[in-house]
Amino acid sequence: MARHTETRWELGEASLVRLAAEAKQFKGESLGRDAWRRLRRSRPSFIALVFLAVFGLTSILVPLLPLPSPVALSLRTKAARPAWPWGAALVPETTPEPGTAATRRSANWWNDGWRHRSVAQVAGALDAADFAQRVAQELDVAVSYERRADAAYFAAPLDLADPERLERAVARVISEFPVIELPPGAPRTGLRLVEVRHENGYWELGRFDRALLSARADLFGLGQTGNWLGTDPQGRDLLARILWGSRTSILVALMAAATSLLIGVTYGALSGYLGGRIDNLMMRIVDVLYSLPFIFVVIFLITIVNEYRTELEDSYGIDREVIFFVVIGAIYWLTMARVVRGQVLALKNSEFIEAARVMGASTPRILFGHLVPNVLSIVIVYLTLTIPAVMLFEAFLSFLGLGIEPPKVSWGVLAKDGTEAITPIDTYWWLVVFPALAMGSTLLALNVLGDGLRDALDPKQRGKS
Amino acid sequence: MLRFLIRRFIWFVITVFTVMLVSFTLMRSVRGGPFDGERAIDPAIKANIEARYHLDWPIWRQFAHYVGPFNLDERRALFVTDDAGFHVVRTGPDVDAFGGVLAGDFGPSFKYKDFSVNDILAQSLPISILLGLMALMFALALGVSAGIASALRPGSLLDVSLRLAATAGIALPNFVIASFLIILFVFMIPLLPVAGWGSIRHMLLPSFCLGLVYAAYIARLTRTGMLEVLSHDYIRTAHAKGLAPRTVVMRHALKGGLLPVVSYLGPATAGILTGSLVIERIFFIPGTGSHFINSALNRDYTLAMGVTILYTVLVYALNTIVDIAYTLLDPRISLEDE
Repeated sequence: MARHTETRWELGEASLVRLAAEAKQFKGESLGRDAWRRLRRSRPSFIALVFLAVFGLTSILVPLLPLPSPVALSLRTKAARPAWPWGAALVPETTPEPGTAATRRSANWWNDGWRHRSVAQVAGALDAADFAQRVAQELDVAVSYERRADAAYFAAPLDLADPERLERAVARVISEFPVIELPPGAPRTGLRLVEVRHENGYWELGRFDRALLSARADLFGLGQTGNWLGTDPQGRDLLARILWGSRTSILVALMAAATSLLIGVTYGALSGYLGGRIDNLMMRIVDVLYSLPFIFVVIFLITIVNEYRTELEDSYGIDREVIFFVVIGAIYWLTMARVVRGQVLALKNSEFIEAARVMGASTPRILFGHLVPNVLSIVIVYLTLTIPAVMLFEAFLSFLGLGIEPPKVSWGVLAKDGTEAITPIDTYWWLVVFPALAMGSTLLALNVLGDGLRDALDPKQRGKS
Repeated sequence: MLRFLIRRFIWFVITVFTVMLVSFTLMRSVRGGPFDGERAIDPAIKANIEARYHLDWPIWRQFAHYVGPFNLDERRALFVTDDAGFHVVRTGPDVDAFGGVLAGDFGPSFKYKDFSVNDILAQSLPISILLGLMALMFALALGVSAGIASALRPGSLLDVSLRLAATAGIALPNFVIASFLIILFVFMIPLLPVAGWGSIRHMLLPSFCLGLVYAAYIARLTRTGMLEVLSHDYIRTAHAKGLAPRTVVMRHALKGGLLPVVSYLGPATAGILTGSLVIERIFFIPGTGSHFINSALNRDYTLAMGVTILYTVLVYALNTIVDIAYTLLDPRISLEDE
């Protein structure tokens, strides 16, 4: 370094190159990177972040997991207690005979409606085990069977895309089956396919979920977890319901948060940027809305909208969840608008906005190109605090019977089922405890993460520690 | 102060009027009224019902009649309670010309045939208010004491565990906590009745569940406020004067430390009032919340609307009172700044 005696004003070309190289190596710290470093340093927030990441991933991949169906009813009359994974295997109501096509594993779904199954009813004198084995060979999946007085029932889990496969397989096997020797004089009654029923263990799923379900079939075959967290009185697996419910709850929360983001940021930024009388009026409107008892208003609105539900669904394809997103999002934008307005007020007289205005940028461009990106950090913080609030609200409405409707599940529905399961005769504690744990830990993690993010992104804290 | 109150009142009138207008328009424009059942009603009966509830009027007239204060019914029909407690229709010019919401009359209930919305509110509102007050008392007592305990020894085991409990209390919805407590105190340790209303034992569990979340928030706010105040010079001065620690905390620190709590009381009360919807449903308490949910599910629009308007007024009034209380506690804040 001592060799360079030239002053700042007489740099040689070599020095310039060197300086440029040095400048390239010097990395500035962006706000995001700095925030990330701080977030990682705060242990509770980081744990919350990891938990939420794992949980979010799980809830996206739920159809891939070998869980029992969350909605298929069982004939059980009592709720099953939680069972350890290594404990005794689930005993199905109709145990298939050993050594038949129906394996121990397939016994599992006989009662629980594993994804999609087709049930064929075949009448006639037949050796059900043999028949099931043949159908199984034909279909290349395990087929379980049950012999009853009138007919034999064969159930096979099949892809939703081709529900007629069982029918075709059964028909083919019937045609090949040796005609049963009957005493002379009796009418020759062969085997007859009576009926094929397609049962679905899920509500109507999107393409992505169906793809995951088929991937699951390839991965796990017929394998399925037992009722690790027990079942509800209708025999529906609680673990599956909690996980599938998390998808609904998270989806509602994310969509409502996005709605609130859209309205709140636009409203707040506009109000702050325009200023003056318009700002005053817009903020007074927010004040007025703040003073409303929102739950009452929302419930009132939802009941009214419910009257038009079928129409909306038929002509616009809007179902109840979409109404939900909009209605909930329409409430939670208030805080967002206030916060964004405050930030915009502070920023709007800064030099870079002046510069943009001097260069002739339009108002929307200044708003969304310059101002909004600069308030994003605070918006993210409020978003992480809005999401748990919305989840709570969804649970609240579903609990009152005004939210998600069966057969779909959400955490609110589960909480409702839980409170209804508390009876003096039999306390199904697991129906209360496990959904509460899932909901509580997620909401807790979101709150902790929101607090952590606020600390990490708070400009006042920046540069310290 | 007076200017503040006047301005508040103007906004209040605008708010309530908007709520009434929007909900009334929605309510009347909705297809399928509360009287549509499985069976088609005889046209004559239907016309009678519509005349009874003024559904045959143009909507602006219905609204004007609903809001009042002038009774637009030519027959001046009023549904009143006579001395024997029966609901009767009084007609004729001698009947009071005033009616509608402005005269304190929310109209007849659509579903409970012999009740007016006022009757139902008169029965249920005291229950809800009692429940809410008890919950608020629980929340304040628990929250403030926990917050002070936390703030006096920050970082101690007590502080950490209290803060953890507060965070959990905020994260869990009150109906989940209620379920836990029912299992615990009703079935496992049979101390309290599971549901109903009447005695003080019925009130303990619901008001506790209702207040718990707010207790958690109040504990947080008290802790932060107290920590800030305790680091001030005047507290040191108070200690230096030789005052007892108790006096310093209770007389000197608490007043400043509770300021955030006071400003939170408005939202907390509003939250308790609305939160009681769920709690009333779990514990089968015949309060306004239960009636509101039922009315929403049964398309009893007048009742739903009445409750909505009533709660709007309550929440608005509470917020105003809290704002005034705030200036009384902290002279630095003036109402004119708003």
